[in-house]
Amino acid sequence: MSRHNYAGDALIEVLHTAQELYGFLSPDLLKTIARKLRLPPSRVLGVVTFYHFFSLAPKGEHSFSVCMGTACYVAGAHELLETLEHRCGCKAGETSADGKVSVSGVRCIGSCGLAPAVIRDGKIMAHVTRDQLNAELDQIGVA
Amino acid sequence: MTQEELFEAQEREQQRQAGLENRIYCCTAAGCVSCGSETLRQAIADQIKAQGKEGKVEVCGTGCMGLCSRAPLVRTSSNGMIYGGVTPEDAESLVAAGGPADKRIDPQMPFFVRQHKVVLANSGYVDPERLLDYIACDGYQALAKALSDMTPQEVIAEVKASGLRGRGGAGYPTGLKWELVAKQPAPVRYVVCNGDEGDPGAFMDRSMLEGDPHRVLEGMAIAGYAVGAQQGYIYVRGEYGLAIRRLQAAVKQAERERLLGSHIFENSFGFRIDLRIGAGAFVCGEETALVASIEGRRGNPRQRPPYPPESGLWGKPTLINNVETFANIPDIIRRGSAWFAGIGTAESKGTKVFALAGKIANTGLIEVPMGTSLRSILFEIGGGVPGGAAFKAAQTGGPSGGCIPAEHLDTPVDYESLAAIGSIMGSGGLIVMDESSCMVDVARFFMDFCVDESCGKCVPCRAGTVEMHDVLLRITRGEATEADVAMLEELAVLLREASLCGLGQTAPNPVVSTLRYFRREYEEHMRERRCAAGRCRFESAAQVQGGAQ
Repeated sequence: MSRHNYAGDALIEVLHTAQELYGFLSPDLLKTIARKLRLPPSRVLGVVTFYHFFSLAPKGEHSFSVCMGTACYVAGAHELLETLEHRCGCKAGETSADGKVSVSGVRCIGSCGLAPAVIRDGKIMAHVTRDQLNAELDQIGVA
Repeated sequence: MTQEELFEAQEREQQRQAGLENRIYCCTAAGCVSCGSETLRQAIADQIKAQGKEGKVEVCGTGCMGLCSRAPLVRTSSNGMIYGGVTPEDAESLVAAGGPADKRIDPQMPFFVRQHKVVLANSGYVDPERLLDYIACDGYQALAKALSDMTPQEVIAEVKASGLRGRGGAGYPTGLKWELVAKQPAPVRYVVCNGDEGDPGAFMDRSMLEGDPHRVLEGMAIAGYAVGAQQGYIYVRGEYGLAIRRLQAAVKQAERERLLGSHIFENSFGFRIDLRIGAGAFVCGEETALVASIEGRRGNPRQRPPYPPESGLWGKPTLINNVETFANIPDIIRRGSAWFAGIGTAESKGTKVFALAGKIANTGLIEVPMGTSLRSILFEIGGGVPGGAAFKAAQTGGPSGGCIPAEHLDTPVDYESLAAIGSIMGSGGLIVMDESSCMVDVARFFMDFCVDESCGKCVPCRAGTVEMHDVLLRITRGEATEADVAMLEELAVLLREASLCGLGQTAPNPVVSTLRYFRREYEEHMRERRCAAGRCRFESAAQVQGGAQ
């Protein structure tokens, strides 16, 4: 925050850094940020909830994000997402009950040549099939 | 760095590269990286050491070479060949001899020879993480020329004469916009590069920023000089991690060499560029929402006028251009407006970058002169629909655009022609669909996107997109009637007329264009409860009744 001179304009940069450091944005963290940047807490929460990138809940041990861009959609991304939801027992945007896997659909990641693409723990998997996903889930021990 | 030093550096680097026996370019754009190009690059570097060829053979990472469907790609300078689907096992032969002959890609294939590269000229030829590579390809010479030989007015006149139009999709003349900002009385002005590439299926900006970041920085600095701004911002999507890292590195390198910062080329002109990382909101591609987001607020658009050239960032005059627009600037200044105006059509000058995706043989990144026909782009360069399936439609402009059916394939690609057939140029995403895509479902997909991305500020968009999505959903389930389609058309007009910003105004476009060209599919869904593409699942009539009770 000192790098940005504690300027309120830098709120989004600060939130990016905070989420990188802590994994998610806890209420206490948001209060601290609001105080340090001299912004009303409502403004901070307003910004956090506006943007898809920020997460208010802790993430699972592993994450699977299915690209929901047009090219991936045409290539059957929704079936991949269904598979993940079914296997992990949670909806897109949620984390499985045992905290093991976070499942989400993300906006086009601009790797349309690889459709359908899934981001597994930050790494892009190309031309993903359902069998491949099932194998990955088996590997990390999802029931 | 002075102008003389720039030329000296260019000459030295060109000589150094010419002295190499072989320079191996390994594509390290996001697509190839996820197919293992970093491991490949390491394997080549290891082989150079193992074969004792340090100093004679060199490996470097480079931007997108275009043919993403054959990733990972490698190009060797010794024979000018491109190899596709390269594995680390091929490293030995790449370093020792020409490379694996069976993985060569024919350089005469239409994919390569039918393109005309201006903004992508360096992509695949320079190492984006190395400033000298860009300098060797005439980098920063346009900035030097503008600062030493031209007044800001002359720069603007040159851009106006070139006929360059905004590449973000709307096609506003770039020179006019620059002039508008330059005319403002306020002394503090800003230049903003819009790299919030939100359209699903578009990856031109990502590839340009990853492959040749200095070109965009140079274009922005020239714009800063022309409109009298000293501060620039690049707004990049948070999803584009690699592009962000490369841009950050590029800004640092340029500042170290005094190509950005204060006293550029020992001139009194100074220009700084800062990065702003988006946080995942499609609406931030709209310029007033973009401004709000850079200021650290919720990305809500506001009423225009005043337009950002009058009142943008912190109420100051602000020039906002797209990545590709800025990337065109260095060449226009260096080679002159007449050269640029010689490419393209009467109304649309220059080239356009397209991202080919979907059901097409050669997915990837291409650049063609304006006015090239869609048929030539999709079937000659793109190689047509793979697997013998029939072409159904091409989608341009993402959720703001439309679907173009086969009968309009001969339409030349320029702003006016595409608008005339109910689509838009858009930023350049081009997605091909074959018979396995249901057009009603595609329209529903885009409407779902808009429901999610509507910022909620104005009612027509917030409620209208939900209503339209609801109707489309019912059609795909076979529960809709003719009256529903009439309502869909009525809502489309309402959204277009009454929404506050571009998102809501253009949200009905995919629906309107699919209704225009594929009405039969809508009718099949409603009357016969049949989806020719087999995409939509209809519950049996009994189940529907059961559900209603």
